[in-house]
Amino acid sequence: MTISIDAAGKDFKTLGELVRAAGGDVEIKNCLGQRYLGAGARGKKITIQGVAGNALGAYLDGAEITVFGNAQEAVGDTMNRGLICIHGSSGDATGYAMRGGEIYVQGDAGYRAGIHMKAYGDQVPVLVIGGSAGSFLGEYQAGGVIVVLGIGCERRYPFNYFCGAGMHGGKIYVRCREVPSGLPEQVAARPAAEADLEEIRPYVRRYCGLFGADEAGLMAHPFYVLSPNTQNPYKQLYTSL
Amino acid sequence: MTELGKNGAKKSPLDFIGQEFEIDCRKDRCIGCGICAEQCSNGVFTYNRKERSIAIDDSRCVCCHRCAAMCPARALTVVRSRRAWRENAGWRGSDIDEITRQAGTGGVLLGSMGTPKEYPIYWDKMLINASQVTNPSIDPLREPMETRIFLGKKPDQIRRKPDGSIDTGLPPQLSAALPILFSGMSYGAISYPAHLALAKAAERLGTFYNTGEGGLHQDFYRYGAHTIVQVASGRFGVHRDYLEAGAAIEIKIGQGAKPGIGGHLPGLKIVGDISKTRMIPEGTDAISPAPHHDIYSIEDLRQLVDSLKEATSYQKPVIIKIAAVHNVAAIASGVARSGADIIAIDGFRGGTGAAPVRIRDNVGIPIELALASVDARLREEGIRNRISILAGGSIRNSADVVKAIALGADAVTIATGALIALGCHLCRSCQQGSCNWGIATQKPELAKRLDPEEGAERLVRLVTAWNHEIKEMMGGMGINSIEALRGNRAMLRGIGLSRKELDILGIAHAGE
Amino acid sequence: MKREGEVRIPSGCAISGVFSRDGGAIGGEVMIRSIETMHGRSNGLGGGFAGYGIYPQYREYYAFHVFFDDAAAKEPFERFLERHFDVVNLSKIPTRKIPEIVGEPLIWRYFVQPLPTRLSASQLDEREYVVRCVTRINTEMEGAYVFSCGKNMGVFKAVGYPEDVGRFYRLDEYEGTCWTAHGRYPTNTPGWWGGAHPFSILDLSIVHNGEISSYDANRRFIEMFGYKCSLLTDTEVIAYLFDYLVRRQGLSLEETANVIAAPFWSTIEAKPKEERERLTYLRNVFSGLLITGPFSILVGFEGGMMALNDRLKLRSMVVGETESRVYMASEECAIRAVEPNLDRVWSPRGGEPVIVRRNGGEEL
Repeated sequence: MTISIDAAGKDFKTLGELVRAAGGDVEIKNCLGQRYLGAGARGKKITIQGVAGNALGAYLDGAEITVFGNAQEAVGDTMNRGLICIHGSSGDATGYAMRGGEIYVQGDAGYRAGIHMKAYGDQVPVLVIGGSAGSFLGEYQAGGVIVVLGIGCERRYPFNYFCGAGMHGGKIYVRCREVPSGLPEQVAARPAAEADLEEIRPYVRRYCGLFGADEAGLMAHPFYVLSPNTQNPYKQLYTSL
Repeated sequence: MTELGKNGAKKSPLDFIGQEFEIDCRKDRCIGCGICAEQCSNGVFTYNRKERSIAIDDSRCVCCHRCAAMCPARALTVVRSRRAWRENAGWRGSDIDEITRQAGTGGVLLGSMGTPKEYPIYWDKMLINASQVTNPSIDPLREPMETRIFLGKKPDQIRRKPDGSIDTGLPPQLSAALPILFSGMSYGAISYPAHLALAKAAERLGTFYNTGEGGLHQDFYRYGAHTIVQVASGRFGVHRDYLEAGAAIEIKIGQGAKPGIGGHLPGLKIVGDISKTRMIPEGTDAISPAPHHDIYSIEDLRQLVDSLKEATSYQKPVIIKIAAVHNVAAIASGVARSGADIIAIDGFRGGTGAAPVRIRDNVGIPIELALASVDARLREEGIRNRISILAGGSIRNSADVVKAIALGADAVTIATGALIALGCHLCRSCQQGSCNWGIATQKPELAKRLDPEEGAERLVRLVTAWNHEIKEMMGGMGINSIEALRGNRAMLRGIGLSRKELDILGIAHAGE
Repeated sequence: MKREGEVRIPSGCAISGVFSRDGGAIGGEVMIRSIETMHGRSNGLGGGFAGYGIYPQYREYYAFHVFFDDAAAKEPFERFLERHFDVVNLSKIPTRKIPEIVGEPLIWRYFVQPLPTRLSASQLDEREYVVRCVTRINTEMEGAYVFSCGKNMGVFKAVGYPEDVGRFYRLDEYEGTCWTAHGRYPTNTPGWWGGAHPFSILDLSIVHNGEISSYDANRRFIEMFGYKCSLLTDTEVIAYLFDYLVRRQGLSLEETANVIAAPFWSTIEAKPKEERERLTYLRNVFSGLLITGPFSILVGFEGGMMALNDRLKLRSMVVGETESRVYMASEECAIRAVEPNLDRVWSPRGGEPVIVRRNGGEEL
């Protein structure tokens, strides 16, 4: 049974209590920027109509969140498991420090998407951005998979500057025709091979299932894979006193 | 064959630095047992089993005294080397050595523990009061003497229930039997037995230890009621069970020894349990970014505080740990308004497992001044009751604790002192990861040298002794409960301080 | 030489108080005789009295007792007063020239009510308005010091032995329903009369014996809430603690005693759950107001009187009762001197408040 909650006029604390108090699934209507929805949530579905506030699904631990509207900053901050699906765009630091679970953004993501994403054991976090990402995509990325599909992107590649700054693990898949320029020395870019495409196919398929895009059409386009450059790691930086 | 330097660069005579220490081995006592060679992980000693002889390379010695402590014949003494530089008040020997090292390697100088430089220690420039005639001193052995503290937000206004009785509900509080907590040290920076010793000691003392930013080992969840779990910018090991495991959550913004910079635990140290506890794969670098990337401004801090509270249903107090920096008072005031329950201020002389030396030795301000100005600012703004203050970063003994509390701290945090109790000799080589005392290392053969049970007992003894001394000093002042000492600056007098320093500390000069 | 307020002066003392349960009149000379018995507990450097019910004809007005260093200080004070209050009566406080009391300042009395327009513009409760005005005068106006500002009560104090102070102020000509008195034994001269006790805020007056060790912790806590401890005396800070806890936090006097003379944790642990939670709450929330070190205090307030010792009971305190009156004093002799026939005499325990109220009176 799904419990319906009208968010109008409620602060995040009240709303959070109602979501926690509802044993099962909830639908939140008229959401207008209330923060921390689904923080640490497990074993339930949360559907949000409206604008989801900052830190949506922070520390998420298995719950599924769907937003019909845009989401603000830090979606899935430090999330561990679960699914966040945004029928719209998301703000800065989407997927910050996520260790597991999947985030699908139909449209664009802001600055620092996938910053400090990690992976651990069987947990490989996935962030799929349908449109374009802002600057510092995958900053400090330590693990996991970021896919930027660049749907509707007119530029040569679907992100701005300083992609992969401090990246030391994981992979970024970018749907574009030429190798992105301006990457740091510690990040290597290469055209996606068949095995690479197989790795992301399930995520692209899920994206298409969620938002109704054409999987074959998307996958027919070339991708580039960005990963830490093992030839040039962050070493020799220090000398012991 | 070309000899290679520490970082693999070709060794040239220009790299010559010479030894800082020498091993004085009394041949008349040495029995040629070879224990020194077995004990020294730095390779100072080479044992020739056949001849039962020992060759010594002094240049590898870090002065940790493990060899001397373990030598069954008491044949070894570590002494300062006799090497000399031509006297020069401007260019000291250390300046020359450091330049030589950097010219040879091109590296950023990395060191550990608190700054060894000569900066003023204000603890030593404050004197404590005692009662004479006008009110009585109290004998702590005879009279009750209380050191229990509560950390957490207090309401501005009491509330009553409909029947008129006081509504005793409060935001979550931490209650400790004494005003000393262990500061954050990660599993990774220190070893498993060191962490276990801290956890056990915290439980026995009725206080708290702190995970640092390395996550919480599965074995230590049982000490959760005495654990503060840290959330740092790297978010290592942070997940819901972890957040719920501890008695409180600490958001680490900064550290006194290295304000403004992040951390980097190299991939080769991310092995076995360290990888599991941090929840990152073996061999990957653990990089803590300089800031939290969801905190670029003070209102973002409130967001992180709130999100942690939402995730833990408002059951855990949230601590914000900041380094003591120039505008610490304004920052603390912002923190007090962020919804956090406790602020931990870490002073400039605080320790670290590894920090760039230039940062450690030049960035930040002493805890005494930071604490005094934070406490004064929060009181000026009438919000001191909204947040508790923890002060740390160079608390060396019980008198420092008394002075910190009289300046305005609710309690202090100790780390270097705790490690010394576990055997640390402050050789300042933690960054090398081969601590001979089994503390700052992940090498199993070294870590196993530290017996967690013995370590826990030593910590308990140390802190218990300090607490006795605190009670003794309180008794001398005629104070029988620690809260009456908190912020009681009339109990302090400065000695040899300028008017400005006295003003900042908010105390009078001795004789005034 | 620095005067009190510029320097903190420790002192020992004698305290005494009498309260009429039935509202029957008690002459001021009773209190003079009582405090005089403990002459040896004072050293001539301060004495004073608080009398309640002494101004029945002006019971609705705040009675300001004011010291002026000189006539020049009086003029700006009166201008300020007229801007903020309706002054219905003003006069010199009658005194008697006696050789024991010298160097008196100008001592005036004003009966006032806040100006309604100013009061409503301030958005403050009437009593808070009065407190703020008095704090402003005492901290900002050179040479003027309001040492009493309650309704139907007044403080009389000076440098001298208390019995001489009482005669100087002609207290034998006053009748009240409650009196407290204080003889002070400071380590050095306060330099001015404002340093003598009682210390009062609105109708709350405190006389106190002992030197508290928690002074600066208490002072720095209370100063967060708009109080300014300008005299640096224990009595002043204790008065503010009471005002804060009782008037602003709405604690009862019993609860206030649980804060400032909180039971030890070991005592609290042994209480039943609800009581344990209540005491823990009060001690935790108001930990900055725990008073340590020796003290015995008498608190006078409209309709009642309270005695409280520190929790270790480091100062003496005796209570004596008859059917109509309750006496509280540092020593039994101070009670017996004015009432030889007591129904009951006892020493209250440390930290346990003794509170008496007018028969049929309301809970404070």
